Amino acid sequence: MPPQIKRLALLFTLLVLSFLTAKHFLTPKSFGEFGHYRGAALGEIKAKVPDYSGQKACTECHPDMTDLKAAHEHATLSCETCHGPGRVHISSTDSLVSPKIPNTREFCSICHTKNAARKASNIKQIDPKEHYKADLCTKCHNPHSPWQEKK
Amino acid sequence: MGPHYQHLYDMLSKVDGYIYPNEIELNWSILIVLYPYITGLVAGAFILASLERVFKVKVLKPTYTIALLSALAFLLVATMPLISHLGKPMRFFEIMITPHFTSAMAIFGFVYLWYLMVVLLLEIWFDYRRDLVLWSQEKKGIMKHVYKILTLGVTDISPNALKWDDKLGYALTVIGIPSAFLLHGYVGFIFGSVKANPWWSTVLMPVIFIFSAMVSGIALVMIIFMLVNYVRKQIIDMKCLDMIARFLLVALILDFALEGLDQVHRIYEAEESFQILDLLVKGKLTYTLFLFQWGLGMLVPIVVLAYLQIFRSNLRVRKILYFISAFMVLIGIFFMRWNVVIGGQLFSKSFLGFTAFKLKLVGTEGVGMAAVWIVLPCLILLFLFWLLPPWKRHPEEVAGETEP
Amino acid sequence: MAREEIKSRRDFLSRAALVAGGLFISGGISPFKSMLYATERKSTKGPWYAMGIDLESCIGCGRCADACKTENNVPREPFYFRTWVEQYTILNDGSIHVESPNGGIDGFTQKFADAEIFKSFFVPKMCNHCAKSPCTQVCPVGATFESPEGIALVDQTYCLGCRYCVQACPYGCRYIHPEKKVVDKCTMCYHRITKGLLPACVEVCPKQAKIFGDLNDPKSEIVKFMKDHSWQVLKPHMNTEPKVFYNQLRAEVR
Repeated sequence: MPPQIKRLALLFTLLVLSFLTAKHFLTPKSFGEFGHYRGAALGEIKAKVPDYSGQKACTECHPDMTDLKAAHEHATLSCETCHGPGRVHISSTDSLVSPKIPNTREFCSICHTKNAARKASNIKQIDPKEHYKADLCTKCHNPHSPWQEKK
Repeated sequence: MGPHYQHLYDMLSKVDGYIYPNEIELNWSILIVLYPYITGLVAGAFILASLERVFKVKVLKPTYTIALLSALAFLLVATMPLISHLGKPMRFFEIMITPHFTSAMAIFGFVYLWYLMVVLLLEIWFDYRRDLVLWSQEKKGIMKHVYKILTLGVTDISPNALKWDDKLGYALTVIGIPSAFLLHGYVGFIFGSVKANPWWSTVLMPVIFIFSAMVSGIALVMIIFMLVNYVRKQIIDMKCLDMIARFLLVALILDFALEGLDQVHRIYEAEESFQILDLLVKGKLTYTLFLFQWGLGMLVPIVVLAYLQIFRSNLRVRKILYFISAFMVLIGIFFMRWNVVIGGQLFSKSFLGFTAFKLKLVGTEGVGMAAVWIVLPCLILLFLFWLLPPWKRHPEEVAGETEP
Repeated sequence: MAREEIKSRRDFLSRAALVAGGLFISGGISPFKSMLYATERKSTKGPWYAMGIDLESCIGCGRCADACKTENNVPREPFYFRTWVEQYTILNDGSIHVESPNGGIDGFTQKFADAEIFKSFFVPKMCNHCAKSPCTQVCPVGATFESPEGIALVDQTYCLGCRYCVQACPYGCRYIHPEKKVVDKCTMCYHRITKGLLPACVEVCPKQAKIFGDLNDPKSEIVKFMKDHSWQVLKPHMNTEPKVFYNQLRAEVR
């Protein structure tokens, strides 16, 4: 065998071996556990703490509000649809952090602005530029029972 | 709103029609334009070198080593634009240790290493081995040791050993041709296999990439060959230059025909995406496609080179025209890569609108970084010319090599 | 005796050679088998999650997009969305107009007069968690993958940020996180659904236009939804087999 080949064979063997060693040490432990990915990633993604706590969590402490809401037009809404994520409010111990109370005209208008893409049967719509434009929506409507007359 | 997002807000006003909200930022910028450009130069230069070796086009002999060294200089940098455009450049090694084989991109590391380690470096080594051994005996000081290391300790330059060099080098060139096709056809496949993108998704993409690679590689070697002779004040081997020009012409015509076929097919089939691509070509790509890629980069050089094939004008004019044509071809192929990479991201996958693209000057995706990756291979090539000067090699008779 | 020993040894050797050869060949072929990715059909055990979207009920309030940004720490800038809402407006002249200002989070303003409009509707978009997802197909390192539940996830500690998956997604559902420099996308709120909660966008939808459930559970909401409605998926010709099913999806939607 010519000397070139011998030398090159040696070098390439060394290269392949060092590659395999590197591969062995650099491949993450859980790689390939479930498929071609780091198996531990599933657990890491799962571990994130949810911000929105779900309707059930709200009902636990506020059954009266939930009942009121459930009897009226906003029955299909989750509390957190308007009040935002409940995690901080629920987990606060020393001083209660209130959830947000969005009572601006802009907030209600996000859903209730007249739009050709919204079916009249699906949702009540107004033109916020015309409809009692000087007042807050909550002046007449109770968000938890929108058509109940306000005292 | 931080200043970090200012350019995106500026872009928002330049959006034309409707794009998906995540599409405002182009994901692959100038660095990914460079990547197929540089790999193409490598593959093309190598194919020119193999013409001499395998297909015995003896008249190209003076360019053989120059072509190989140019290929090496550019190949050494080929991965850099890729790595530097990554969001997490330090994780690049993952592509080697856990390659995901359903991805066209995953085997890039292996194709690259195969081409660098097995084909190019070895072929150059076999070609230079005798000189390396002789240099290591002639030189003094550090260089003596440098050349000694480069011989890898194989100092046998008996006729028998040299015959093996020749045989193995030849075998490598034979392997090298499909490898060069693989290297660049594969780069084309990375784009051609993206079914979500109608501008990229065509079976012709790998083939077009191969031929455009040959075009750009031949033009590169032509320019380097002329520059080397100019700088060294040598009279250029005109027969060789004429032959390169002829190959460049053939490659250009083939490439143009393939690209034309691709477009004809697109227009005739006029699929769902046709309207948006039509607007793209006639709008955002007008200059880069019609003027730079096809006009100045292809048609003009084809006409000039064809003219010079028929009417051999005087040497001086011919040389100047060759140089200008090759240069225009290099620019044209750059814009071909540009039109593929950037063009393919300007329109929304909703086919309802366009985003805008503004080339940044600085930063990881900027012109500055791109310039580095274009200048660096040129510096490497200068270094290689200094380390392994093709013109200071030992004439074959001295060592008594027997020509079969 | 000696002869038999030789024979058995020869048998052993040839068998060993056969096994070794087989391993070698299959090892050589296996990378090529991965080319068949999009041609294969999957059979699944355990939960196989999907989403139904009822365009009839959607009022385009954008609460889904808003809650998603909160729940998943998506940058608030209007260039990054895991889910967003589009308004399609088809005019009487046949022209199609689409918009999604800030993903619909700040609400929509009607751009055309009622008399001009032929039809207008909202389309919430999100990752389709395709069964043959082109994005997980093209990831070079296995940083984005399909979870055992059929959800396309990203391992952000492993992602290179090469953006090939962003290019491969036909639906524009992926983006590069501006601070993390790696890809980010809808996880179907994997951290919520594995704890028995609904995805945030489903939780806050005021009209229950989004229906989440397990396709392998015949009693699930999503199976009921698919039985009751003539659903359609986005870009079916891509053959990505999306798992987001739309009721009343019109052909204009892309």
